[in-house]
Amino acid sequence: METLSKTSRRDFLKLGLTAGGGLMLSFNWSDSVAAIMNTSGEALAANVDFNSYLSISPDDVVTIFSPNPELGQNIKTSFPMVVAEELDADWKKVKVVQAALDVKKYDRQLTGGSGAVPHSWERLRKAGATARQMLIEAAAKIWNVAASTLTTANGFVIHPNGTKLSYGALATDAAALTVPTEVKLKNPKDFKLIGTVVPNVDNKEMITGKPLYGLDFYREGMLHAMIQRPPSFGTKIKSVDATAAKALPGIVDVVTFKNNVAIVGKSTWEIMKARKVLKVEYENAGNVESTSDHDKLFKELLDKPEATVRRKDGDVETAFKNAATVIKREYQCPFLSHAPMEPMNFFAHVKADGVELIGPTQTPDRARMATAQLLGIAPEKITVELTRLGGGFGRRLQADYVVEAAELSKLINAPVKVTWSREDDMMGGSYRPAVRYRFEAALDTTGNLIGYKLRGVGVNAGNSTREDNFPSGAVANLLIDSIDHQSPITTGAWRAPITNFLAFAEQAFLDEVALAAKKDPVQFRLDLLDKAKQTPTGAIKYDIDRMKSVINLAAEKSGWGKKKNLAQGFSVYFSHRSYVAQVAEVEMVSGNPVLKKIIAASDCGIVINLSGAKQQVAGGIVDGLGHALYGQVTFKDGAAEQRNFNNYKLIRYNEVPQVEVHFVDNGIDPTGLGEPALPPTGGAVANAIFKATGKRLYNQPFTLQEEMKGVKLGQKM
Amino acid sequence: MAAYSINVNGETKKVDVASDTPLLWVLRDSLGLVGTKYGCGIAQCGACTVHLNGTAVRSCALPISAIGTSKVTTIEGLSKEGDHPVQQAWQEVDVPQCGYCQAGQIMSAAALLAKNAKPTEEQIATAMNGNICRCGTYHRIKEAVVLASSKMK
Ligand code: FES
Ligand code: FES
Repeated sequence: METLSKTSRRDFLKLGLTAGGGLMLSFNWSDSVAAIMNTSGEALAANVDFNSYLSISPDDVVTIFSPNPELGQNIKTSFPMVVAEELDADWKKVKVVQAALDVKKYDRQLTGGSGAVPHSWERLRKAGATARQMLIEAAAKIWNVAASTLTTANGFVIHPNGTKLSYGALATDAAALTVPTEVKLKNPKDFKLIGTVVPNVDNKEMITGKPLYGLDFYREGMLHAMIQRPPSFGTKIKSVDATAAKALPGIVDVVTFKNNVAIVGKSTWEIMKARKVLKVEYENAGNVESTSDHDKLFKELLDKPEATVRRKDGDVETAFKNAATVIKREYQCPFLSHAPMEPMNFFAHVKADGVELIGPTQTPDRARMATAQLLGIAPEKITVELTRLGGGFGRRLQADYVVEAAELSKLINAPVKVTWSREDDMMGGSYRPAVRYRFEAALDTTGNLIGYKLRGVGVNAGNSTREDNFPSGAVANLLIDSIDHQSPITTGAWRAPITNFLAFAEQAFLDEVALAAKKDPVQFRLDLLDKAKQTPTGAIKYDIDRMKSVINLAAEKSGWGKKKNLAQGFSVYFSHRSYVAQVAEVEMVSGNPVLKKIIAASDCGIVINLSGAKQQVAGGIVDGLGHALYGQVTFKDGAAEQRNFNNYKLIRYNEVPQVEVHFVDNGIDPTGLGEPALPPTGGAVANAIFKATGKRLYNQPFTLQEEMKGVKLGQKM
Repeated sequence: MAAYSINVNGETKKVDVASDTPLLWVLRDSLGLVGTKYGCGIAQCGACTVHLNGTAVRSCALPISAIGTSKVTTIEGLSKEGDHPVQQAWQEVDVPQCGYCQAGQIMSAAALLAKNAKPTEEQIATAMNGNICRCGTYHRIKEAVVLASSKMK
């Protein structure tokens, strides 16, 4: 792990003045020269900082700071690629460093909502382009030629006569120049690095087992802790008997705070053993709910006359009265655990003069603010250092596991790393909410969709609909409403919040509606989009042309409707600014339907890293499929019944179908890809299974449904 | 507590831990070899996979008392320079997403190929099915195992 060395601080300030600084280009410029030190304390090189993202050493090493948390979405590789592209850096000489939380230097330093690249695209490009411009000007002065005559490539400024000066040689001069207020960005057609395959910058560390993750963080003198939280939502501690636990070897203390009992010790296993003899009694402190209660409740809520109206167009009642055909279907999903491969953990050290937080979080600033509030101290006194995250999927958007580590450190007055067991993780989740939908469609005699209704009811789901998504705008009479049930079971954003199930329900429903309208499912969607374009109803908040382009590309690449021996299922969804269409293929193999392949067409704008992007789509499909097939957390008297991977099943190697990934090449600025490939998968698969078997899937997890019997998975991945 | 002497990555290591301490926690907490990961603790996910005399085992379910004189190899000891054919293939195929499961994946793949340098698709599936990848990198894992197999002498 690299840190700025203390001894370099003086140079830092001195040179900082000459480098000139100030707030430019809507992000902060750092004004310093600092040495990057490796762990053994030797200075790697005196680096000249150009801005918050970039510094260049005299020996041509370009250090790019990547501010956003890396959890597998490839940001730590993709962000620096954008800076390096505009800088015309030599990628082989680029060194990427994960930046700690710094709200002055960086904006939106978080991972969520597939928003990092769209948000930072322009500022990253400017960071690179500005530095490039300054390097050119420095060279122009040395050579005494007009800057406009000079070009750059691979870490060099090039004179028309072919003479070259390296960025490292120019760095100090360049940083002393006035920062240009306007810079020319490249024409995307001239991109050399963006759009290519660039391997993950942490590959070597990951494949050799270097300490990268929060759970790998150890520090001399640090204590370990695990926390016993109430096993059931809606209960609180009645009594604690820690006598036996405290007496075990390696146990330092047992501390009770709020509804937590923390066992503090010298090693993880000793703490795990002490937990087994810890006696805690709980009593009810609210509703103690079970999944069977929710099942009943959902049916009541779906029939309730009043609900929160999310969107209302035209006159739905009349449309349904006049309909030739009405189709009404319901879809339900259970709670899901995020279950990132690395269980929750965080290191905290509350000292007299401030707090040090180190670990895996998607939202370092939220963690900092929550800690500040809890401890009643100024946020400026808290530092947050980011480790790599062993997955997140939304769980690490929450600050609960950071705050409790800080609270414990304060109570025991020591540096401590709190580790969650897998069971803690699954029993104390911020689950994907359980939701049930009712869809209704009204068709006229010629199969036109004249009315559309959707009601979503959920447990702590908030608005369980996305009222402005397709097919809103394409139907003259439409009503979308929702009802939420408040429960002690904590829920939160789970990769592609709401749409991770809504997309399945909607796309499976539209498949049935298309069939009732006697139309091809792809053509049916295209017709609706044409209608939305020609005679829009109300506001249209998706891009009709982008949606059509992914539909057409998926249809083309899959040979839609042309393959005789295959059952194909179609699905398309817009989420988080991007568009993904998928075709699932089921083949009959010796009498059994086998899910063989999923073909995806994505429009996420410009693809930055082709390797990372392809894997985001493939991984999103595997994630969407796996959870549609297996994922469920059920509750009995407030307690999660699935507590580890023995009964919370995740998809495995031999269950995965082939995946084929395509991108629409339209040159628009990137629109994000961390989530959008996940939502369409369930619908494509269910529709293909119907094509093959004549059976419709309505509820997840699929593998517990009668209709799924006999369907085989992932033959020949 | 008891004193144990175990052979890890070719070196003899002395630790003083309870006899039921899983090898996983000995490696991580006592020896600072954190490349071996904790994912489930119940032999379900494969994140903690190491080699015991060349065979892939789940270190979370293996108490220190059962190790004896067996040779333990962890991801840190798979190769000196990180250039075992499986590690090379993993880099070339650019397998990792979050990366947390990958040490375990690599150890499973390396154990398979050491015994069977040219495995069939089915044999790969059997060997890799015990390792969960929550990020869904299975396609690349397969590609990398096949590539590594082609690199095996
Ligand atoms: S931690 Fe050992 S198999 Fe999961
Ligand atoms: S790469 Fe994230 S769990 Fe496998």
